[in-house]
Amino acid sequence: MSAPERTASWQLGWWRTRQLLGVAYAVPTIVFVAVFFVAPLALVIRMSLNSWPLLTGDQGLNFPKNYVSITTNRLFTPAVVFTIEYTLLVTVLLIGLGLVLALLVQGSGKWVGMLRTVFLLPVALGLASASLLFWGFYSPSIGPISPILEGLGLIDQPISFLRTPLSALLSTTFLIVWKYAGLYMLILLVGLQAIPDEVYEAGALDGASRGQIFRHITLPLLRPSLALALILCVTGSLLAFDQFYILTKGGPDNRTVTVVQLIYREAFQRQNLGTAAAVSIIVLAALLVVNAFQFRALRDPERA
Amino acid sequence: MNGFGTRGAVMLTAAVSLALGLTVLGVPAGALAQDAAMGVDDGTRITMWSRAATQARADALVKAYNATHKNQIDVTFVPTDDYQTKVGAAAAAGGLPDLFSADVVFMPNWTSAGLFTDITDRIESLPFKDNIAQAAIDVSTWDGKKYGLPFIVDLSVWMYNKKLFRDAGLDPDKPPATFGEFVAAARAVGKLGGGVAGTFFGGNCGGCNVFTWWPISWADGQPVMNPEGTESNLNSDTMKQIYAGFREMVADGTVLMPDSETEAGPTWTGYFPRGVIGIMPMPASLQGMANAALADEDIGVTSIKGIKGGESTFVGGDAIGISRDSKVPDAAWNFMAWLVGDEAQVEVVAKGGNVVARPDLAANKYSSADPRLVTFNTIAGKGQTPFAKNFGATYNDPQGPWIPLFRDAVFGDPSRIDAHNDAINESLNP
Repeated sequence: MSAPERTASWQLGWWRTRQLLGVAYAVPTIVFVAVFFVAPLALVIRMSLNSWPLLTGDQGLNFPKNYVSITTNRLFTPAVVFTIEYTLLVTVLLIGLGLVLALLVQGSGKWVGMLRTVFLLPVALGLASASLLFWGFYSPSIGPISPILEGLGLIDQPISFLRTPLSALLSTTFLIVWKYAGLYMLILLVGLQAIPDEVYEAGALDGASRGQIFRHITLPLLRPSLALALILCVTGSLLAFDQFYILTKGGPDNRTVTVVQLIYREAFQRQNLGTAAAVSIIVLAALLVVNAFQFRALRDPERA
Repeated sequence: MNGFGTRGAVMLTAAVSLALGLTVLGVPAGALAQDAAMGVDDGTRITMWSRAATQARADALVKAYNATHKNQIDVTFVPTDDYQTKVGAAAAAGGLPDLFSADVVFMPNWTSAGLFTDITDRIESLPFKDNIAQAAIDVSTWDGKKYGLPFIVDLSVWMYNKKLFRDAGLDPDKPPATFGEFVAAARAVGKLGGGVAGTFFGGNCGGCNVFTWWPISWADGQPVMNPEGTESNLNSDTMKQIYAGFREMVADGTVLMPDSETEAGPTWTGYFPRGVIGIMPMPASLQGMANAALADEDIGVTSIKGIKGGESTFVGGDAIGISRDSKVPDAAWNFMAWLVGDEAQVEVVAKGGNVVARPDLAANKYSSADPRLVTFNTIAGKGQTPFAKNFGATYNDPQGPWIPLFRDAVFGDPSRIDAHNDAINESLNP
């Protein structure tokens, strides 16, 4: 009957509703994460611990056989080394070129709009389609590049884009740089435009040179965008598959086999989901370490 | 309006009288028994997968079946390189189509894993069961049970360009009778220059050289594996002489380079029709071969020969079976039984210029018109189909152990052949 009692019950109800509401808001995300991340992850972990041929399914526990057999596989170490080499090469080129392009098109000149579109256009193409396109360009049988250059008198011999391990790596890297430079330009452009003009003006008033402004103003303030670009680029490159699967098939002489190609080969050529899952778990662990390290190194020192 | 009405009436009358006629005549008892052997044709929709490499010929067969039957087949052609993957993934998920074909070399892997329905009794009931090409049935047999029939028969032969032979001073009507003569002929053509090469091979393609080099060894009576497919003889003296022959031709410029070294498979059959190759192994089909750069009468065909002579071929192509997941095996069997029957083999397969899956029909009205087709059909009986449970992972996988063996033998360090052969044995017995 009394007012305080009613207030108490009202307060309790309000508290409950708020908590329920919070849970309700979170449910879709929880369900998504559970169904599309936790459950598959649990399945992959289980596969990696069991003997699991592709065509006959789970044959029971065999830990640690999958991990031993894959890490002693003759292709494992070369694949890890090659993937890291490729990641370093591609990351340096993509971030460097992305930054140059972003600086080039950050103003509001006459051609800037068109240039931005041109640089961004290849991003819209699927990676598999782009790889097939370049496979055609590079093919000695149907490729148009060598005949055109020969017609112009620039070369005497047809170029073999995929003949040696080095040329195969460089040809694939060229495709990736062509395809993704625009994306990193866009990410860094957004970062550049978020830097207030006043900071530059203050720097100019203090008599800073262009180089000093770039080193001491642009780069530090670009840190969050650079961090995002770096994490995307390193993760993407460590998981490289389509471009090598289509362009080189891991050749010549198994010198361009990436770690994800190894997963694919274990699962579908050798029909062993157990060892494929074991590599996947190793890759996941490596990515976690790399990303944690990157977050740490690139964290904004003032906000930390 | 009137015209249509009249035509409709005429057609209806014709249909009714045809139906009446059949009813009055009755169906002969023998045909009824054959119907049981032929499965069910009741308008069922049948799903089917096949690989892109043999699409032209497979599609012709499916179209002919759909045009003459109530059952309708929905066929999906899968890129050849992804076919094993797609079937493997579907098998794991229980989602195989009613019918699916397989490169014959993959059959043991899939039959041993139980992907197909046992059709031993159905094959037994076919009146012409003894006349079906045995190679495809043998390779589809596991533990004494039969799971497949020949779908597409693909053989390897040597094709040579008669115009280039004439230009090089060779007799276009006297194809090589030994592997040594093959090398000599290629060398003579290679000396012509001007963008012309003596020969070509897929130097980064495992399947290509299985298909085209192994028959040279078979022709000499030297097997490449034991019958169980667990032990490799790819380091035999015969094979080493074959590798050496190609190595010499690479060194002296007879082989088209660098194309041969980089060819991973997708375009290896595209070079000969361009009229720039003297002699090379090719699949035995004339379909779509002649063009502005290569006249039909300049395409010479002969069987693959051994070092000492003799002849052989790789009896490849696709076998087909009913999947274990099929809900309509009787309807699916109707297609398979029709497929190896006289009509499909003569009016579709032979008419298209291809090798029939029924040796008893090898001499037919289409093949006798072109002596090259007679050659194809004759050598079909002299070839082999290799058998190994782990064939794909050993010989077709781009990261498998066979490609490094022949690449070292031909382009690299031949002293490593024996070590590579050990790796092959390891892969055959995981």
